[in-house]
Amino acid sequence: MSTQTDNTSNTPSNAPSPKKGATGWVILAFFVIGFGFSLLGGWVGFPNMLYKEVPHPIDFNHALHMDLVFDGCNSCHYFRADGSFSGAPTLNECRDCHQFVMGTDPNEEKFVEEYVLQDKEVPWNIFAKQPDNVYFSHAPHVKGAGMDCAACHGDIGTSESLRPYQENRITGYSRDIWGWEMSRLGEPKYAPRMKMMDCVNCHVEQTDSKGSCFQCHK
Amino acid sequence: MKIDRRCFLSLAGGLAVGHLLTPIPWKITDDIAIWTQNWPWTPVPETGPVTWKNTVCTLCAGGCGIKVRTIRDRAIKIEGRTDHPVNKGSLCPLGYASLQYLYGPSRVKTPMRRTGERGSGQFEAISWDEAISEVSGKLDALRKNGRAHTLACISGSDKGTVPVLFKRFLDAYGSPNFIRTPSGRDAHEIAAYLAQGHKDKNIGFDLENATFILSFGCGLLDGSGAPGYQFNAYSRFDKGRTLVQVEPRLSNTAARAKKWLPAKPGTEGALALGVAHVIVKNGLYDADFINGYAFGFEDWTDEGGNIHMGFKSLVNEYTPQKVSAITGLDANAIESLARDFARAEKPVAVCGYNECKPSANIDKTLAVHALNALVGNINQAGGMIVFADPEYAVSEVRKDRIATEGTAKPRADMAGTDRYPQSRYLLDLLPEVLMGANENNLPVQALMVTGANPVYTTENSETARAAFAKIPFIVSFSSFMDETAKLADIILPDHHFLEGYRDVPAPDGVGKAVTSLSAPVVKPQYDTRNTGDVIIDIARSLGGTIGESFPWKDYDTFLKQAFKEHYRDLSRNGYVIHAEKPLPWDRAFATENGKYAFYPTRRHAAGTDDKSRLPAYRELDIPGDKANGTLALIPYKSPRIAAGAVANPPFMTKTIDANVLKKEMLFIQINPETARGLNLRQGDTAVIRTPAGEARVRVNLFDGVMPGIVAMPAGLGHTAFSKFIADKGVNVNALLKPSADPAYGLNAAWGVRASLQKA
Repeated sequence: MSTQTDNTSNTPSNAPSPKKGATGWVILAFFVIGFGFSLLGGWVGFPNMLYKEVPHPIDFNHALHMDLVFDGCNSCHYFRADGSFSGAPTLNECRDCHQFVMGTDPNEEKFVEEYVLQDKEVPWNIFAKQPDNVYFSHAPHVKGAGMDCAACHGDIGTSESLRPYQENRITGYSRDIWGWEMSRLGEPKYAPRMKMMDCVNCHVEQTDSKGSCFQCHK
Repeated sequence: MKIDRRCFLSLAGGLAVGHLLTPIPWKITDDIAIWTQNWPWTPVPETGPVTWKNTVCTLCAGGCGIKVRTIRDRAIKIEGRTDHPVNKGSLCPLGYASLQYLYGPSRVKTPMRRTGERGSGQFEAISWDEAISEVSGKLDALRKNGRAHTLACISGSDKGTVPVLFKRFLDAYGSPNFIRTPSGRDAHEIAAYLAQGHKDKNIGFDLENATFILSFGCGLLDGSGAPGYQFNAYSRFDKGRTLVQVEPRLSNTAARAKKWLPAKPGTEGALALGVAHVIVKNGLYDADFINGYAFGFEDWTDEGGNIHMGFKSLVNEYTPQKVSAITGLDANAIESLARDFARAEKPVAVCGYNECKPSANIDKTLAVHALNALVGNINQAGGMIVFADPEYAVSEVRKDRIATEGTAKPRADMAGTDRYPQSRYLLDLLPEVLMGANENNLPVQALMVTGANPVYTTENSETARAAFAKIPFIVSFSSFMDETAKLADIILPDHHFLEGYRDVPAPDGVGKAVTSLSAPVVKPQYDTRNTGDVIIDIARSLGGTIGESFPWKDYDTFLKQAFKEHYRDLSRNGYVIHAEKPLPWDRAFATENGKYAFYPTRRHAAGTDDKSRLPAYRELDIPGDKANGTLALIPYKSPRIAAGAVANPPFMTKTIDANVLKKEMLFIQINPETARGLNLRQGDTAVIRTPAGEARVRVNLFDGVMPGIVAMPAGLGHTAFSKFIADKGVNVNALLKPSADPAYGLNAAWGVRASLQKA
């Protein structure tokens, strides 16, 4: 108050008046607090807000099924006669074996009671689902280039329990597409990431060309 | 420590700088981009196993085989069926776009009863039971009042099992008034009756094998007739084959033809006679056929000793010079056309079916048939083919007294009466009859409409609309809310053709005896029913001999019975060819002497002299007076505009050029010379007036239109269906006017007089 009075009462002079407000250090501290808060929010809080955990309808045991089928992944995820890929099996395909509860697993019991007997398709969470403007064909990758399923989908085939599924609240797609690491650095946590640049990088590596736009965006 | 404004600014700065180093802005931007691709209204195709199902398109009479790509119960894509004998893989844009009708908003989703004013489009949904009992109640009352003969049925076709069920219903009910909508078939049927003695047989042209096609105004590549068949036949054209197009306008067909001959409209018959003249004069005709299987080529003497003029004497006067004066074509061009035609290996002359406006000119049609007879190309590969439909295994109709009396009464459209004894259906005359009658004497008290949209397609359509609106009770069987359904009291919606069974008879103009089966590809989307089932139900609820005439459990049972042993092939292959080879010449003609009649002795003619029976050229005046209408309006067909009962789906409308339809304004085509005289420039708005009505249009200058002619695309200007279809352009039928052939009553006008004035 007095400084203020002093300042105003003094005859204006050319001498610089000393800063009487917050000091530079304080201002810097606020900057750092803001900066730090942003980093914390962006790297820790934001992913938790952006993604929500979605429970699996059935905790599917791939390892168990792999022991029982004859043709590995192809037994249930197969190529149709026209070369298109079947993706997740439909209820009809599951029903070939699971007309009734066969084992003691509560998951199987749930599957039979809630889906098979009620003739309802299982709303599986699809980890690798891509937006509609992406045209992806399994045939040239699996049949043409001889890639393993695990090369893109991770070792889900040997898992006894499904890995967690997180859904992007804005887009509705799986967190696996961007990757679980927000920085997209380092080895992916579960399976290779599936953004466009991931496709491009692999294509450049394997074929020396990233291909043309219309190959995937028809 | 002081905290002031600057601290908060600094905090904000820290937040701002910091968040740039986090994924927030980049990830959110990316995610929002993806989010915008997933609007709830963006259609996302089904995923799942793909199946292809074969069926037949029934949106026009072309009968193209199609295959439909389906995923689960969703039809995704239609393509031409490459192993179908009609179209062999070719398909028109309407066929490709027909899924838009399956899933689009113009479907009638349940049975409906009119609640508002007639034509207001206000309906309420009712149940099938209610709808059928209301229709049968009304029909029962009409019958009990002794007016059974005032029930009429307008159908897009008289072939196939559903039209047969309707004819049967009228027979059992007691009405003679089954009316087929006008088409190129009318004139061909009469010509086939006069020259070959056939009743109700199909006349087709084997365009696939012909080496020289002389087309008198057929829009072979303009989507008229059987488009898939015609497109495919043309796609197989090689260097040795020729198409010559006679037409007043440079159409798609004319542009792709080897030669385009713009004869004055209405003079095509004279050109045919001119070609015949050159062929006869130079002895280029098929002597075997003429000497062995034809009658009336030379002059002949009847039983009474009177000498009659033969075809040869008739064409003698049609020298190239005379024909040149009539048609406006060069005499040398006529001469060389005739020589090329006659010398070709398999020449065929075609007219009628595939014209945009089938002017039922009997003389022209007889003259064109005669050209085919001259070169001996009847019932030969690459020629004009005559064949019968398969016979349905159906028991006789049971008729009570009312039915017998009713069916013997004269028809409301005057066909088959003393005035027009050789005509079968004259829908064009009906509006005038209805307009002239008062409410009590109205010769049609109840109307059923199936597979047709006469309120739109009848020429002078506004009068037709007013005339039909006088009918006290109208039942529509349309799948779509078309102009006629909008006028109806009850709508009993049929399935879309991808939802039910239906046999598809041999398409008009196709030289093959093919019957196809349209089979369901997806489950019915709405509460619709096969019209065949509905008519059986109505008959049954009327009871008595009417019910007894319809003993089948349902339509599918009837269909199976009707085709007997053919049904297995029909359902397995989707089609059956029921006559492999046409009849040879010695058995081909059903005339009194078993020969092809160049002189049609049985012709019901306006005059009694030979020339009125022979296909002489007669100048036809078109409706309207010359003083007010110095121009002539002709409609034209475009492959990108559906011009029949079904309107253009929006997919097709998107493909129309901006000089044909821009926003809601339609463009007419006129020659720059015509435009100069009228002081009109490209893009000007003008008013076109005809005796039937007037319309605002825009002007497109086109050198390919003959001076004095105004060409307008057919198929636009709908007022019903849906907001995506209605109110685009002008309905040319609202401007055209029929003009009855004096002896046959069929509409013989090729156009209408019109005036054009700058607006």
